[in-house]
Amino acid sequence: MSFNKQTLQNTQDSLFVASQKLKTASGKLRAKIDGKDGTGVGKIAKAGGSLYVLILLLVLYTPLALIIIFSFSNTSNFTFRNGFSIEGYLQIFKSSSSPKLFDSLYNTIVIAIIATIASTILGTFAAIGIFAMKKRTRRITETVNQLPVINSEIVMAVSLVLLFVALKFPTGYIRLIFGHIAFCTPYVILSITPRLMTLDKNLYEAALDLGASPLRAMVTVIIPVIMPGILSGAAMAFTLSLDDFIISQLNKGATTGIDTLSTYIYSSQHNARGLNPFWFAVFSIIIVLVITIVLVLNLIKIKQKKGIVKTFR
Amino acid sequence: MKKIASGNILAANIKKAGLSIKNFRLTRSAFAFPYVVFMLVFIIVPLFLLLSNAFTVTDAVSGDKSFSFDNFKSFANDGSSVKTLSLSLIYGVVTTGLCIIIGYPAAFVLSKLSSGKLLLILFLVPMWINFLIRTLATRAMFTLLNVELGTGTVIFGLVYNYLPFMILPIHTSLTSIDKAYGEASADLGASSIQTFIKVNFPLSIPGLVSGITMVFIPTITTFAVTELLGGVWLFGDSIYSKFKSVNLYGVGSVMSLIMLVFVLVSDMAMRKVNKGEVARNVI
Repeated sequence: MSFNKQTLQNTQDSLFVASQKLKTASGKLRAKIDGKDGTGVGKIAKAGGSLYVLILLLVLYTPLALIIIFSFSNTSNFTFRNGFSIEGYLQIFKSSSSPKLFDSLYNTIVIAIIATIASTILGTFAAIGIFAMKKRTRRITETVNQLPVINSEIVMAVSLVLLFVALKFPTGYIRLIFGHIAFCTPYVILSITPRLMTLDKNLYEAALDLGASPLRAMVTVIIPVIMPGILSGAAMAFTLSLDDFIISQLNKGATTGIDTLSTYIYSSQHNARGLNPFWFAVFSIIIVLVITIVLVLNLIKIKQKKGIVKTFR
Repeated sequence: MKKIASGNILAANIKKAGLSIKNFRLTRSAFAFPYVVFMLVFIIVPLFLLLSNAFTVTDAVSGDKSFSFDNFKSFANDGSSVKTLSLSLIYGVVTTGLCIIIGYPAAFVLSKLSSGKLLLILFLVPMWINFLIRTLATRAMFTLLNVELGTGTVIFGLVYNYLPFMILPIHTSLTSIDKAYGEASADLGASSIQTFIKVNFPLSIPGLVSGITMVFIPTITTFAVTELLGGVWLFGDSIYSKFKSVNLYGVGSVMSLIMLVFVLVSDMAMRKVNKGEVARNVI
């Protein structure tokens, strides 16, 4: 049995290598064809195109870079008249806004963690269940599941306001957590479903035939296969919850005094005329943190893909 | 309340059916029941509440609720709301147009460059930063440049916010075009411009349509961005203001329904175009 598998694997590998060779060959041919009309005009067009893209990127990053640069000036008016200073960063801990900032940061993280755990569990079971539904029911369920994704955030937010008022949900944390679960779960399901499509249907049935209960079969057979989808769904839910502003702003209730980071930024800034050093520093930290994390994750992904191709060769 | 009760009964019935029939498929689909109930409560019921709120008025004295079109009337008679809606549509069209003009060439260049994928990531990275921070950073930049906040800065802010949503889907559909098409067209004697007009552009239309809906709908419902960048209120801000006081929930619901119609229509348009695309590929 294992010998057969081994030969099969070897054949597959040699097939893969052959197909790769064919691809490189056709690629070379293609390059030759491209080279034929790759005249001077084409080169200039390509350089112009690159320049255009670089200018766009420059515009995209300028506001963010300015915030970071002037976070070291300890002024609100974009000058370095106080020289280089990290006073803005020290302000994060000793300004009068500091307690409120850390309070809202704490709320944001707590809500995000609870919403992520709940929506990941709910969404994982749901994705597996929906996948096994009959075609018609499945289509209806998937359409309803799509609604929060396509709907505009403000409409989703106000419809939740109406629900919470009608059901007399206690204001504050409960509303925010349920609201976040409601808009995160669809994304969890959407990131698990493609994984389920790659799953061999017979595996589950085989587990049942061997006497496993449906729940056990799911935990030991299905879950491990779809784990990457579950993890990316959870990551998606976590970032969506952290990033959310509109649904939190409408559902937090004016009197509870609960703020998430984004609603706190909004309430402190929408009547302000400009940013003070405190906010320059806070924004800089967030900008650098987010850009680093996203870039690193993406680069790892690209490297992994390249690595897979290399090991096959 | 009634609707939720009936929803629960419905879900319970489904559950009973699922448990009584010892069918493998049904047993496994039982895993979805908790979420089906959750969806009914947190997705379907809120939308029905929106609908019922739009069509009811509460008597100020007795507190009785009755069916009426008054909310629609007061929306239509409220000049400022209608004006905000038309202003939002204008801003939406202008922003979407600018995003196409700026974004299409960018997506095209990215699809041709060997480092295109990396550069595309650079376009998408700022999207992960909270939009309030990005917007406030843009406002700070205008302060530094001594630019007066107004229509121009609002448009800049909207394009700044939504441009990546235009570039991404167009780039996806441009890179998924089989290179053989271009070669065939060149073999048949078409110039590269002709090839683009006759081959690449038509095949990128599904991406373009996704891009348009991904920019247009968020723009007209934008909340806070335009207010921060130039004191301009769009429809999202209007809806928000109505939900600040309970008396205006009805009118707010009417406005939300109008928005919902826009969302559903654009989603249908997108599906139609993408479906046509699939059919064409099969043929």
